[in-house]
Amino acid sequence: MELPPYATTGQRIWFYAFRVICGLILFFLIAPIMVVIPLSFNAENFFTFTPEMLALKAEGYSLKHYRDFLSNPDWQQALRNSVQIAPVATILSVTLGTLAAIGLSQPHVPFRRAIMAILISPMIVPLIISAAGMYFFYSRLGLQGTYLGVVLAHAVLGIPFVIITVTATLVGFDKSLTRAAANMGADPVTTFFRVQMPLILPGVISGGLFAFITSFDEVVVVLFVGSAGQKTLPWQMFTGLREQISPTILAVATILVVISIALLTTVEVLRRRSEKLRGMSPG
Amino acid sequence: MKLKTILLTSGAIAGAAVAFADGHAPMADSMTLVSWGGAYQASQTNAYSDPYKAMHEGLEVVWDESSAEAVAKLRAMNEAGNVTWDLVDVVASDAIRLCDEGLAMEIDADELLAAAPDGTPASEDFGDLLVSDCFIPQIVYSTTAGYRTDLVGDTPPTSICAFFDTEAYPGKRSLEKRPINNMEWALLCDGVAKDDVYDVLETEEGQAQAFAKLDTIKDDVIWWSAGADTPQLLADGEVVMGTTYNGRLFSLIVEQDQPVDMLWDAQVFDLDGWIIPAGLPEERLNRVKDFVKFATDTQRLADQSKYISYGPARASSAPLVAQHATLGIDMAPHMPTDPANATNTFLYNYEWWADYRDDLDAKFQAWLAQ
Amino acid sequence: MSDATDTGPVLAADGTPLKRSLARALRAQKMRALALIAPLLIFVLLTFIAPIADMLFRSVENQIVSETLPKTVVALKDWDAKTGEAPPEAVYAALAADLQVAVAAKEHTKVGIRLNYQKTGVSSLFRKSGRQVKKWDLAADAPFKEKFLDVDEDWADVELWQIIQTYSSKYTSGYFLNSVDMELGPDGIRPVDENLAIYNLLFKRTIFMSLAIMGSCVLLGYPIAFLLANLPLRTSNLLMILVLLPFWTSLLVRTSAWKVLLQQQGVINDILVWIGLVADNDRLVMINNQFGTIVAMTHILLPFMILPLYSVMKTIPPTYVRAAKSLGATNWTAFWRVYFPQSVPGIGAGCILVFILAIGYYITPELVGGTDGTFISNRIAYHISRSGNWGLGAALGTILLAAVLILYWVYDKIVGIDNVSLG
Repeated sequence: MELPPYATTGQRIWFYAFRVICGLILFFLIAPIMVVIPLSFNAENFFTFTPEMLALKAEGYSLKHYRDFLSNPDWQQALRNSVQIAPVATILSVTLGTLAAIGLSQPHVPFRRAIMAILISPMIVPLIISAAGMYFFYSRLGLQGTYLGVVLAHAVLGIPFVIITVTATLVGFDKSLTRAAANMGADPVTTFFRVQMPLILPGVISGGLFAFITSFDEVVVVLFVGSAGQKTLPWQMFTGLREQISPTILAVATILVVISIALLTTVEVLRRRSEKLRGMSPG
Repeated sequence: MKLKTILLTSGAIAGAAVAFADGHAPMADSMTLVSWGGAYQASQTNAYSDPYKAMHEGLEVVWDESSAEAVAKLRAMNEAGNVTWDLVDVVASDAIRLCDEGLAMEIDADELLAAAPDGTPASEDFGDLLVSDCFIPQIVYSTTAGYRTDLVGDTPPTSICAFFDTEAYPGKRSLEKRPINNMEWALLCDGVAKDDVYDVLETEEGQAQAFAKLDTIKDDVIWWSAGADTPQLLADGEVVMGTTYNGRLFSLIVEQDQPVDMLWDAQVFDLDGWIIPAGLPEERLNRVKDFVKFATDTQRLADQSKYISYGPARASSAPLVAQHATLGIDMAPHMPTDPANATNTFLYNYEWWADYRDDLDAKFQAWLAQ
Repeated sequence: MSDATDTGPVLAADGTPLKRSLARALRAQKMRALALIAPLLIFVLLTFIAPIADMLFRSVENQIVSETLPKTVVALKDWDAKTGEAPPEAVYAALAADLQVAVAAKEHTKVGIRLNYQKTGVSSLFRKSGRQVKKWDLAADAPFKEKFLDVDEDWADVELWQIIQTYSSKYTSGYFLNSVDMELGPDGIRPVDENLAIYNLLFKRTIFMSLAIMGSCVLLGYPIAFLLANLPLRTSNLLMILVLLPFWTSLLVRTSAWKVLLQQQGVINDILVWIGLVADNDRLVMINNQFGTIVAMTHILLPFMILPLYSVMKTIPPTYVRAAKSLGATNWTAFWRVYFPQSVPGIGAGCILVFILAIGYYITPELVGGTDGTFISNRIAYHISRSGNWGLGAALGTILLAAVLILYWVYDKIVGIDNVSLG
């Protein structure tokens, strides 16, 4: 993608025009997130940039929306619920998902395609249908409106992500390593924990992060399966957005963006590390 | 095994003895109340549950903001045989529906509810507002309209029909995204007499007439689905006038001091109150009964109007309506039931809507989509 | 090696034939694999597949009529609606008996509500009649036909009895017919009144808007994927963050951001007013309509287009385009005839993925859709949590699910579900 020295004027124009277009599209992708962050420091209760903010004066900015988030019991309860639900759901989907992914990557698995289709389906089925189905079914089991019900529902939604990332890691896994371990007298459990696990660990962790963010951001299913006692951050945001969009939502949004950036960075680092470990990419 | 039974039995007897000694049946030490959230729920917390909690140490009160989905959720809970709610705040039409389906407990008003201070039994004090055997009324509210005083020129609207007069009052108006109320207003403004509205609306032609009237302003309407939409739209000046619950307009006008005025004409009264879910276990039921008796007595209902401008459902509470808790203004003139505001009111027909709701809702949605 | 004595089966070390030994090993391997998968499979089946199957069942279930009015249903079997006359006394007597039981159990209003979906007014008819029937003496008060007619004349309505007859079976296709704007009349299937028809329109709108979103995703995603695939790794990794960040950001954050940007008092309108393109009192309406939904959802789903496109484009060797150019092709021809055809699988994968995700969307249309930007999912949610017509909600959901599963199957055929990459 470099402009050769012999390019014609037309080619030059197109070359730069294309870059401008791409720049605009990337701006479209990132702008909404970038707008939310400064506005969350607005000293006023508006959703627009005040003249003071544009002039970069200190009095145009304030942390009051963050203070509101930290002092409002509704938001605090929502945060606590989110923090209590997401990790447990993640652990559940990672444990079951990793085992299954290892099983699926064995050379001879009967009905592999069908099993895979079922395991991935929570990602494909429209959330409203999953939510409605769980609502009726969990009600009947007495799980609707309970912590356990929400955790189970979120765990199953995270499973496809774990399966996909872990099987992807296992594709490049060198089978001779486990054979070598067995050859040297390691039992299957030792082999798993000492040889296989360290190598697929990056995939497991990034699958776990995906599962975590799925639960942490999920709103449709929790609206149906949960009740007030399980009101999570996204639920509280949803209510706020539907009722009356308050600047506190932007403060929460900014915090979530920061969390996303942290998770994204972790996943990227892990992916590179995993590729390096498996010798799939140089350096 | 035997020992265990004996222990359990004697424990139960001891427990019962304590309870009897105390003069009360055993009560659960937590309850889940369901309401609408926002300012309304806050007024209930202030007037009912906080004072009650102060009287009963160690009681845990959980609020669930699911009133809008109460019918569906109660049905699902009932189907599962696992009702987790103890007391549910619903509008009268939902109460009727829940009562019909056997999802709400039938009550004897005089037995369950406190008499007025002068000894008038509850059934008389609430009077006609006991619209269903399961319904414990709390407030009278109204769906009514407000307008921007600075956007209507020199002749502020005095009739609900101003909504249909886009020449005199150009600009957007906001109406609720459902047929209820809008259909009635459309017919009223199309020359149908107040008493004939539901008879006309029952016929295909009458429905067509109402839709035709709404058609004349369809392009000028912003449809709302949350009670906070209209106040927000009015505050932003995006609409000239809009309908919502009167309490929301009160807070916009009085608390937020916006250039908005009430248009009480043809306000539609509705009721909101409690229902007790059917089939509660004994201890929880005792607790709820105790709470309800307290929370719907004359003083408590009057107290609620300190926080929000809805009229108390008891006749005996009306004289006790005082001043706003923080603003110190008289609340009476802001009540939908105040004689000055209630010169022209419209009575909402619960029975009729119970039948026609599904049908007209589908028609309304189809009309909106066209 | 080819000794005459070695004609027998090859033996493993322990003396069993090697073939059998291998087969056993293979079987053991399969069992081990299945044992590893089983816990998760059972978990998914119980917590996810079973609930959905359960919901699908609700779309055809109709036991309430025959369970609440068993005698009436039997008595009605012999009645022929075509005669145009109300049913005989026996049916009314059966109804009185059924209703007495039902009233005691508070079931009669449920049947009323169920039948009210088919004919307006039945709900109050049952409620009203229940109050009277309670007081009747089944033995002494016969005949009942007149008594019912005294309660309400509608009990003589042939159409009402036709509906009870039509909906007396344990399972019904009624909800499915309703969800495509048809209904089960006494003489078979017929379209519903024009002023009630809404679902076909909603399905069409859902498909149309999903296609629009898919189209804008291709238009915006292709250049970005192309750029990323052809830049040096270091730069493209940096730009990739701009794609992945929205992907990782909460859906609600992005939706609220669009609300802030697009509303009439929002950032974009402010900028337009400030530069003088738009008058202050004539701000653009960009949200709570189709436009707002399409913009917000394109933004939300764009990464799902870019990532598959990028992974396909990465595999297209640059030498092909160079070869085409050296053979005299212009830039455009080289791109269109050589590069583009090779990127088509990526477009296909991205399109199906975006389309699948789009047609089932609920949150964003709910928040920014207004009246003309809502999807079929919003109607499903309405029926499940508001109107209480669960059967209809389930039927609409089943249709949506079927559409998604077909697309899922196509996707599996074309791309393979195990090839989904997550960045």
